[in-house]
This record gives sequence, structure tokens and C-alpha cells, in this order.
Amino acid sequence: MRHLVGSVPQTCPGPSSHLSPLSSAGRQNYDLLVIGGGSGGLACAKEAAQLGKKVAVVDYVEPSPRGTRWGLGGTCVNVGCIPKKLMHQAALLGGMVRDAPHYGWALQPVPHDWTTMAEAVQNHVKSLNWGHRVQLQDRKVTYFNIKASFVDAHMVCGVSKGRKETLLSAEHIVIATGGRPRYPTHIEGALEYGITSDDLFWLKESPGKTLVVGASYVALECAGFLTGLGLDTTVMIRSIPLRGFDQQMSSLVTEYMASQGTRFLRGCTPSRVQRLPDGQLQVTWEDPSSGKEDTGTFNTVLWAIGRIPETRSLNLEKAGVHTSPTSQKILVDAQETTSVPHIYAIGDVAEGRPELTPTAIMAGKLLAQRLCGQSSDVMDYENVPTTVFTPLEYGCVGLSEEEAVARHGEEHVEVYHAYYKPLEFTVAERDASQCYIKMVCLRKPPQLVLGLHFLGPNAGEVTQGFALGIKCGASYAQVMRTVGIHPTCAEEVAKLRISKRSGLDPTVTGC
Amino acid sequence: MFSSLGVECNILELDQVDDGANVQEVLSEITNQRTVPNIFVNKVHMGGCDRTFQAHQSGLLQKLLQEDSAYEYDLIVIGGGSGGLACAQEAAILGKKVMVLDFVVPTPQGTSWGLGGTCVNVGCVPKKLMHQAALLGQELKDARKFGWEYSHQVKHNWETMIEAIQNHIGSLNWGYRLSLREKAVTYVNSYGEFVEHHKIKATNRKGQETYYTARKFVLATGQRPRYLGIPGDKEYCITSDDLFSLPYCPGKTLVVGASYVALECGGFLAGIGLDVTIMVRSILLRGFDQEMAEKVGSYMEQHGVKFLRKFVPVMVQQLEKGSPGKLKVVAKSTEGPETIEEIYNTVLLAIGRASCTRKIGLEKIGVKVNEKSGKIPVNDVEQTNVPYVYAVGDILEGKLELTPIAIQAGKLLARRLFAGSLEKCDYVNVPTTVFTPLEYGCCGLSEEKAIEVHRKENLEVRLSITQP
Repeated sequence: MRHLVGSVPQTCPGPSSHLSPLSSAGRQNYDLLVIGGGSGGLACAKEAAQLGKKVAVVDYVEPSPRGTRWGLGGTCVNVGCIPKKLMHQAALLGGMVRDAPHYGWALQPVPHDWTTMAEAVQNHVKSLNWGHRVQLQDRKVTYFNIKASFVDAHMVCGVSKGRKETLLSAEHIVIATGGRPRYPTHIEGALEYGITSDDLFWLKESPGKTLVVGASYVALECAGFLTGLGLDTTVMIRSIPLRGFDQQMSSLVTEYMASQGTRFLRGCTPSRVQRLPDGQLQVTWEDPSSGKEDTGTFNTVLWAIGRIPETRSLNLEKAGVHTSPTSQKILVDAQETTSVPHIYAIGDVAEGRPELTPTAIMAGKLLAQRLCGQSSDVMDYENVPTTVFTPLEYGCVGLSEEEAVARHGEEHVEVYHAYYKPLEFTVAERDASQCYIKMVCLRKPPQLVLGLHFLGPNAGEVTQGFALGIKCGASYAQVMRTVGIHPTCAEEVAKLRISKRSGLDPTVTGC
Repeated sequence: MFSSLGVECNILELDQVDDGANVQEVLSEITNQRTVPNIFVNKVHMGGCDRTFQAHQSGLLQKLLQEDSAYEYDLIVIGGGSGGLACAQEAAILGKKVMVLDFVVPTPQGTSWGLGGTCVNVGCVPKKLMHQAALLGQELKDARKFGWEYSHQVKHNWETMIEAIQNHIGSLNWGYRLSLREKAVTYVNSYGEFVEHHKIKATNRKGQETYYTARKFVLATGQRPRYLGIPGDKEYCITSDDLFSLPYCPGKTLVVGASYVALECGGFLAGIGLDVTIMVRSILLRGFDQEMAEKVGSYMEQHGVKFLRKFVPVMVQQLEKGSPGKLKVVAKSTEGPETIEEIYNTVLLAIGRASCTRKIGLEKIGVKVNEKSGKIPVNDVEQTNVPYVYAVGDILEGKLELTPIAIQAGKLLARRLFAGSLEKCDYVNVPTTVFTPLEYGCCGLSEEKAIEVHRKENLEVRLSITQP
């Protein structure tokens, strides 16, 4: 009998150690086994089942150091996109509550209650967990709530919360285990006293005065909505915001956040987190500008310094699946195949892929179709649109200006841009200084559009539409011939005429 | 004929030159004419034989043969709205001497407004802002579910909203005047009408008349709301022209019509808490996809807007004067003898718009106007049947009534007239959005139109019902 420590399931033993007599008889065989019930995993499993395969999905949430756990659906549904967008919406509504009196609504400033919001958000997420379970049932996909690890290249051992073991084997295995937030374990007190996005969306009580450490979109989105909900929020950024994104746009994003009351500590790194007698947290950090140490007191410290792939406890070496030595992500080819021909990886756990739900879903579906012989289409990861849901939203598709210049050379790139003012901001007397659009094109006619960057309200809705155009290879000439919808912010994209090169004032005036 | 007039002609015989076919091709592109003779007088395209003789008859030919310097302006634009201003400013940027005439004939209720046309003053801009006010009302309700704490019913104040919106419009009027001044476009706040070829009379608010001449003209006079032609309509009813600057809350409102104007107005009035009924003669949003139109209507109905389908008003009576007063409306069913009566504070007519083309002297210079619709037929370079007169915007026959199209058409027209451009305005696949409480955006063909054009068996319709 193996000895299990606490309630955390250990990884399964190899075939040579003691196994309960039932396991070899109880081993289940599938056409497809999907490890990870998130965006990519579920999409792949459901598609394969629909195409007639015998499919099983295993999903297990290792509780966060805080003890937070959640149901089926993966990061997006439980601790990502969905609760994020709902809390972002709550914050935006706060802004609308402030706008309303300008439009004639008789309302004084109102306070926000975290608990009411959290309950509503959490209830919605739970309904989605339920929805996913029903869907799997409807599609006849077998679901196991077990923590899986490889026994060998075709066999996986799963351990349930109650320490029950199940052996599963499959002809094809898809790894879609995603990632989890990284803790800066080298910082004293980080693990004991800090939380991550895994916990934030499940807090029943308000986080209060919060320090967000990080410069990722997770950091900025969280800091953004916390500020919008009326909480004292500080963001500590080691170097640059939104690494990998267009830097001009990124600085406009943070500029807007600063104008809304988020405090930024640039160039600082935390060295220590301590708990004070009154329960608050004291954070010590190095401030390079003064060369000294500084401290601050917060109710909550939120680490948002990146995510690490969930590959460590999979026993990948038993299956022969290779990971990147730097990122620990699983190495895959264009077919999402790993170093082992019948084992695949999709979503956030795969190296070199965008960490986005829609790409994981599409890749999962296409993979299932290929595995079932229905198609030979491979996922196209080019020109994938995305949006950062900061208080002023930033939507983009294609290349950043820096990438375009690096690829083609400055003389071959033309950037059209405009500062505009959303009509709705006028009556509300809102500051639109950071509402900005730029389109990065090739200079040579017809001027192929390489990238579009939109900063403003409803950026996701705006960018989605133009993403189709860019996917179809739209040129600037075509953009110029596209008639706008009036009055909207999106029409400003079709009206871009001033190039950066001209040096003219890009501020939009009037109709 | 020309020799009899003593006019020197340049004759290019296409069958006697090497690239005659090419020339013919380009000519066809510039003038839309493939036949010969293809005649130009002083750079203005006359047309073929018939048109040239007609022009001689009407005196136009002689005018054209005169020196250019006889005209005070290169271009006069009648109408300072979306299309007119875009065209005028573009022509000015190209170095031309341009005048814009803009004049707002007050509504029967006495409402008037400044420079900028329908969109800025009594269309797109105030509409979107009132729509936003209504959306905010819904968002305030949502906010409570998201944790924002207030328990009382929030009331809306009409006057506060109107003041804020009118202030913004005022800044836009001002912005336009500044822009015209910067580009050295002469702006005259007068009513323009033709008196003879190339000459207009401009009458200002005080009745003073001035005359101006130009080599080319662009008509961009737009439209105004129609009235029903029933007792009490002009006396007691308002239209969108009045609504956006109404100094008092309209109260319980009857909206007559099923246009996007009717639905958008009915929608936002209900959204700010007013009792709204929409009286529809037959279908909603004629010309739009009907499945979508019905969904737009259903959403509004679910959110408290009352619909009276298949009724038309026959009389409006004033029961009480006031701001607002009380009006009695009698309406008749379109399907039988049934009549209904109801009392409202305000009746808003939104039954369509009529082009401002009847009283601008077009008959004096022979510009063809569609008798029934009042719209002006133009070719694909926005030229009317009178060669030096063009038109853009809502008054064009067979084109879209949208600001961005009018602006695009106006700009491209100016470039063709004064910068040798050949680019024409493309009216196909123009996106638009109806800003009803649940907004409806569309681009391309409705399902009905697609079936008509391509036949049902060649179509696949994919749909999705989602919850934001």
C-alpha cells in the first residue's frame, strides 16, 4: 500500500510497484484521452466525440497555495477570461454611474460592495462548470475529476481527491493542462502572504488596498478593475508594461490607468513581504531611482508576474514528451504533435502558441478533425486578434509597430494614426487623451495592413470586425474605401489618413 | 453649329488615331458615354449631339463659351451638411474658390439650428447621445447586480440632458464655422435657389437678397421630416427636428412610424423612463432584413415599449396647452373599421423624410427631379442631367441616406472636379447600424434581398443565438 501525504494525490507509481488488484482489470481504453478540461481540451474532446470517437477527459484543479479550487472548464471559465471580464464590467459600470448624472440621471456617487459582485460572478462561473459537465455528458465524453500523470507513452494514471486510482490508456493523447500563476518563491513571504489571479476571483471579501506586482496584461487588467471598483491600487513594474505588445500602445494604457488613480511604481522589485500585527501586509522593495529600500502597507499583495505551464507533475519523461528547457512548455510542431507521434499538446501548455482561449479551442477542434481523418487543416496562428481589458481597452491584431519595423525596415513601413474622442465621452466630460488608433502598413502600394491597434471603449468588439479584414489581406487602399458607421469609434479606423511620417497633428476634429 | 457661332473647335477623330480605342475607353470612364461625338466645352463635358443642341437651346452653351472669369466662384455648394461641407472643404484644400450656403427653414414649431446639417444638429449626434442616456439607465440597473450600492429608483431629468447635448452640438456648429474659415471657404447663412444658369439668389433671415455665380454647383440640401397631412399634424405634432432641442420633457409619447428614426426615438424615450407607444402602419424597418427587424421590435416590446400595429392616425386634437400639453389622437385600423382614441402629451411623427429639392429653382435650369420622391437622379459621378450641377447626400435617387456616404461622395466629387481624380464613390456593402435599445448592425444583403438576387437554393444562412 502506498503512503499518501495529506490529501494531495501523489503521482502514480510505475508498473513495477504495488498496485491494487483491480487496476489492471479496471484499465480503460479510449480512442482519445484529453488531459485537461479547459478551453482547448474540452473543444478537442467534444469535437472528437461528435466525430464518433470514444473520448475521455481528465481534469483536476490543484488547489492554490491559498486553498482556492474550482470546477470543470479550465482557466478561462474559472480564473481567467470570464470572471475577469465580469469584474472589468463591474468597474466599467462604476464609470457609467459617474457619467449618468451628466446625461440627466439623478444619482449621487455610490459605493461598491465586493461581496455582492463576487457572489454573482462566482455563481455564474459555477453555472458554466455545470454547463460543461452537461455538455460532456450529452456528447458522451467520459469525464474524470482526477489528477493525471503518464505511466508510459500510452497509459496515464489518474488519482482522485479521495486517492482512488484509475488507469487510462488511449490511442491518442492530447495534453491541454494549461498553466498556473508563478510565485516569486525567492521573495520572503511571497508564498505565505501573497495571492494570485487564481484566488482573486474567488475572494468573498474585498481585497482592500492592493499591491499588484507585475506588468502582464493580468496585472494591468486586475489593477484596472480594482481601481475602478474604488480600491486603493498600486502596480509595481520591474521594467516595461505589457512586454511583447506594442510599446507605444502599452504606455498609453498605463497612462490612462494612472489618470484614473492607479499608482505605478516603475523599476521597482519587491524583496520581502511581512505580516503586521494588525493583519496588514508590509512590502519592502528596491527603488533604483533613489537607490534605497522603500516600504508600503497593503491589505493584499497580488502576484501577476507570469504563468508557468502545468507540466511538472505529468511525468512527461515516462512518455518521452520533450519540453522547452527555458519555458518548460511542451514542444510541438505545426500539427500540435509532440516528440511522441501519438501525443499532442494544445493551448497554453504548448510552446510558441498564443496564450488565448479562442486559439486553443480552434486548435483543439482542428486537431480532433485531423485525428478522425476529417480534415488535414492545420491551425493558423497568424493575425490572431486579442484585447487587453484594461480600464481603457486595447485591441490589436497583427504586428506591433516595432515588429513591423524589425521585419521590414522603417523606410518600408507606413503608420497611420489618430487621436479621437468617443462621442459618449463628450457629454460625460471624460478625458479622451489616450483614445488612439494606429494602423501599421507596408509603404508599397496597395499598402498591406500589417497591424491594427485600437485603444478605446469596446476595443474587443471593434478589433474583432477588422480582424476579418486583416485575415483577408486588407490593404490600406481598401480601408480607405470602407465606409464608416456613424457615429461610432470604430469608424475612426476607416478614417485614418494622417501618417506618422508626415508629422501632421493626428487629432480628429469634428465630423 | 459651332462654326455658325464662331467658336473654335478641336476635333479628334478616334478612328484616325493609333490609340483611338484607348481614348474611347478613358472617355467612357470619365463621361459614361461610349458614343461619338463626345463634346467638351471649356473643360465641361456636354455629352453627345442631342445634349449639345439642347444646351444651345437653353442658353447654357453660350454661358459655357464665356470666359471662366465671368464666375465669382469655382464652386458653390448649396447645403452645409455632411455631404456639402465635405465637398466644399475638399475643393478648398485643392485651391478652389468655394462658397457654402446653409439655411435652416424653421420647423412648424419654430425650431431651428446652426451649421452642420441634419447629422450634427437633428440626427446622428443628438440621437446617439440620447441613446447613450437611455443605455446608461439600463446600465445603472445592471450596476446594482455588480455590487454598486444604491436602493432608490433613479429619476431622469430631461432638461439636464438636453442642455448637455445642445452644448455639444453648439461646439460642433462652431467647429465647422472655424474649419470653413481656416480653409477660406465663404460661408453664407442664406437660403439658396437658382435664378438662371450658373447663378443663384441667396436670401438671408432678414429677407435681403444677394446673387452669386459659380462654374460648378453641388446640391446637398438634404431632407426634412414628412408630415401626415391630417388635421392637427403641423400644429400639434413634433418631429425629430424638434425632439433633440425640446426644452421640456415630452412625457407620454406616441411615435408614429416604423422607420429607424421612429424606433430609435421610441427606444431611447422609453429608456429614460417615459411611457412610449409606437404606431406602425405595416412593417418595421422597411428595406432592412425583416427577421432582424422583428427581433429589434420584440426586444423593445419586452422592455416596455408599446406597439400599435396596423394603425394610422387620422386626427390630432389639442386638449390642453402646455409644456407638454395634452393631445388626443384618433387612429384607424388599416384592416377594418376599428378606430381607437388615446391621449398623449406628445406626438412624434417619424414617417419618412422629404428631399429639399422642390423650392430651390431647379426647374429654372432644367435639373431633373423625380416628381414623386423629390430625389435627384445622378450618374455614377454624381452629376445631374445639367452638366455643371452635381448632387450628394440624402437627396440622391437610389443611394443611401447616410452621413459617411455623403462625406465620401462629397470628397471624391471634389477630387474628380478639381484634381483630375477618376475615383468614384462605391455605394456597395456599406455598413450601418440602427441604434435601437438592442442595436442592430448590418452590412451587405438582407436575407430577402439575397434570395431575390441569388435564389434560395444557392444560399446558406448560419445563425447563432448568444447571450452577452
